[in-house]
Amino acid sequence: MCTGVSGQVHKNGDGGEVGDIMKKTIEGSFAVAEVVKNCSPDVVACFPITPSTHIAEELDRMYTDGKIKSYTAVESEFSAISMLVGASAAGGRAFTTTDSQGIALMHEVLFAAAGMRLPMVIVAANRSLSAPLSIWNDHQDTISERDSGWIQIYCKNNQEVLDSVPQAFKISEETNIPVMVCMDGFYLTHLVEQIDMPEEEMIEKYLPKRTAEYKLDPENPITMGMYAMPTHYQGFRMDLHKDVINAGENVKKEMEVWGEHSGRKYGNGLWEEYHAEDAEYLFVGMGSVMENAELAIEKMRKEGKKAGLVRIRCYRPFPNEIVESFRGKEGVVVFEKDVSMGADAPLYAELSSVAREKGIETPLSSFMGGLGGKDITVEHIEEMMEKAKEGQVKMVWGE
Amino acid sequence: MGELENKELFKSGHTACAGCGVAVGLRHIMKAIGEDCVIVNATGCVEIFTTAYPKSAWAVPYIHCVFENSAPVAAGVVEALRVQGNDHTKVVVISGDGASYDIGFGHLSGMMERGHDVLYISYDNEAYMNTGVQRSGATPWKAYTTTSQVGSVRKGKQQFKKPLTEIAAAHGIPYAATSTSAHYTDLQQKVKKALSIKGPKFLNVLMTCVPGWGTKPALSMQYLKDAVDAHVWPVYEIENGFLKLNMKPEKKPVETYIKGQKRFKHLNEQDVKEIQELVDEKWDRLLWKEKVDQERKAELEGHSGE
Repeated sequence: MCTGVSGQVHKNGDGGEVGDIMKKTIEGSFAVAEVVKNCSPDVVACFPITPSTHIAEELDRMYTDGKIKSYTAVESEFSAISMLVGASAAGGRAFTTTDSQGIALMHEVLFAAAGMRLPMVIVAANRSLSAPLSIWNDHQDTISERDSGWIQIYCKNNQEVLDSVPQAFKISEETNIPVMVCMDGFYLTHLVEQIDMPEEEMIEKYLPKRTAEYKLDPENPITMGMYAMPTHYQGFRMDLHKDVINAGENVKKEMEVWGEHSGRKYGNGLWEEYHAEDAEYLFVGMGSVMENAELAIEKMRKEGKKAGLVRIRCYRPFPNEIVESFRGKEGVVVFEKDVSMGADAPLYAELSSVAREKGIETPLSSFMGGLGGKDITVEHIEEMMEKAKEGQVKMVWGE
Repeated sequence: MGELENKELFKSGHTACAGCGVAVGLRHIMKAIGEDCVIVNATGCVEIFTTAYPKSAWAVPYIHCVFENSAPVAAGVVEALRVQGNDHTKVVVISGDGASYDIGFGHLSGMMERGHDVLYISYDNEAYMNTGVQRSGATPWKAYTTTSQVGSVRKGKQQFKKPLTEIAAAHGIPYAATSTSAHYTDLQQKVKKALSIKGPKFLNVLMTCVPGWGTKPALSMQYLKDAVDAHVWPVYEIENGFLKLNMKPEKKPVETYIKGQKRFKHLNEQDVKEIQELVDEKWDRLLWKEKVDQERKAELEGHSGE
């Protein structure tokens, strides 16, 4: 167990302009539980599934010690997300964590929760989907929910997860759209490293108590979750679609505001660039593999190669403007840990479509890989970048 | 009954069929619950006939999410209210037999096992009526539905009705009971009693379905009375594990209940005889269980009084 605190309290920056920062060496999962606690959730309901289980266990311990107000160990992920629906509809701040089969089991309610415009936050510990069964990392689980109406944020390291959870609650409660914070299973959940823990005091200043615009209240009875005939159905769905697109502005704004509070920022909130501006070749992807990509870029730069990267942080809403960074480049490598069976890889397909629409002629190459925990190393990333120099490639990386 | 004078919380103008046993039952139930509540409803007839956007028949807070999750949604509402310091608002699930006996069964079981303070009311019209009459775990033995049809290979549903009230009680919950839309005094008393008890409560209420049962709209209440009088739907409560029959009507033959229902029209004399035997056996067993339970209860009360 790595809940122990090794660190000292120190001020960030030069003299306490921003909030108190607690440095800790801690496992990713335990850190996530702590930041969730610091966000003062009203209702937490979880079901154990590897690799998110440690988060759930830690939240249970926090409830047991009186540090969070509610924790329910339910009989399935389906009930976990359903409890969040009830809790959020009653005006509460609601949280759960899951991944893989758990996300798949929640599928029906994910769509309903977004359609009902209920704010809530899931930390998804990205894991592959059956069959065959695998507990290891890739992005098939959450990518499969890209059309659910949830905002999706993919993090590169545990620090970013800790910074993203408070933002997720705020974005969700401001837009009435649920938010999924995606962290790579094992690579991040089980990684013990030093982080700056956003403390309760700082989060209190950043994240106000939830005031629900509408909720289940006998003083002011409303009907939630009605059914719609063809006259109205499409209107509801398109309203959600538009609002998810517009939520991109909230994602950007909250990154700014959070930056002021914490001293940390990740690009513009939607995406983050690294040596992209003068690069000839770009590496594009999501999640923790992008930290390896940063190392690969550094290495290649040292060798005189003009390489850069663009990391998609917010996958839903999809940041169409991201393709502007491709303009005039020799080539772009799109790497993703997912597969759309029988079609082009999702991230590649979306980027290609937007690039074409904007008249960008830079060839995009598609690499699918890293499925079920297959490791993607710095060397692999260099090799992919070299391959793309031969022209447009579409391939599966690894056996 | 005073409750009939109470404010209407389930409003007219909904789109239920003429003679719908569920609409009648809901009206009685809502009068007994009162205004300080949150209603959680599964997908089904009630959801469809009361909440077609932009109209609602509900004068109290109401939420519907999907088919199988009314129990955990209710649990979430309860937790949020508890955290907000609200110790008075009652959270009540109203879901059909398909949602309760079948698709939401595991989630209902989980809710009861965890002990959430929820009154779960299953309105049992004995099939998936909203989708056009398909068999459910609540459909009675030999009944016709569009997925338990009658032909040369089989005649109606080949399986028995799932004993959901007993299964609910077996979770060790403080209160489980049965009633019908027609016996509104009993129904309202049970709703009130259940709401006075902390923890999970389960109420299973038989309600007629005019198109599903193939009965005349004007006879909906009569069929429910016949169901009780023929001992087909015994009215009882299981309080802290002790069973008590609330009505012991002089038995009418099962035929009085079955006749006139299109879902049973294919039954011959032998079928009716077999159903009668099943009903008699179940009734005898209930009487035996009541005797054992009440003796045990008296014994325990006697001990505690010493």
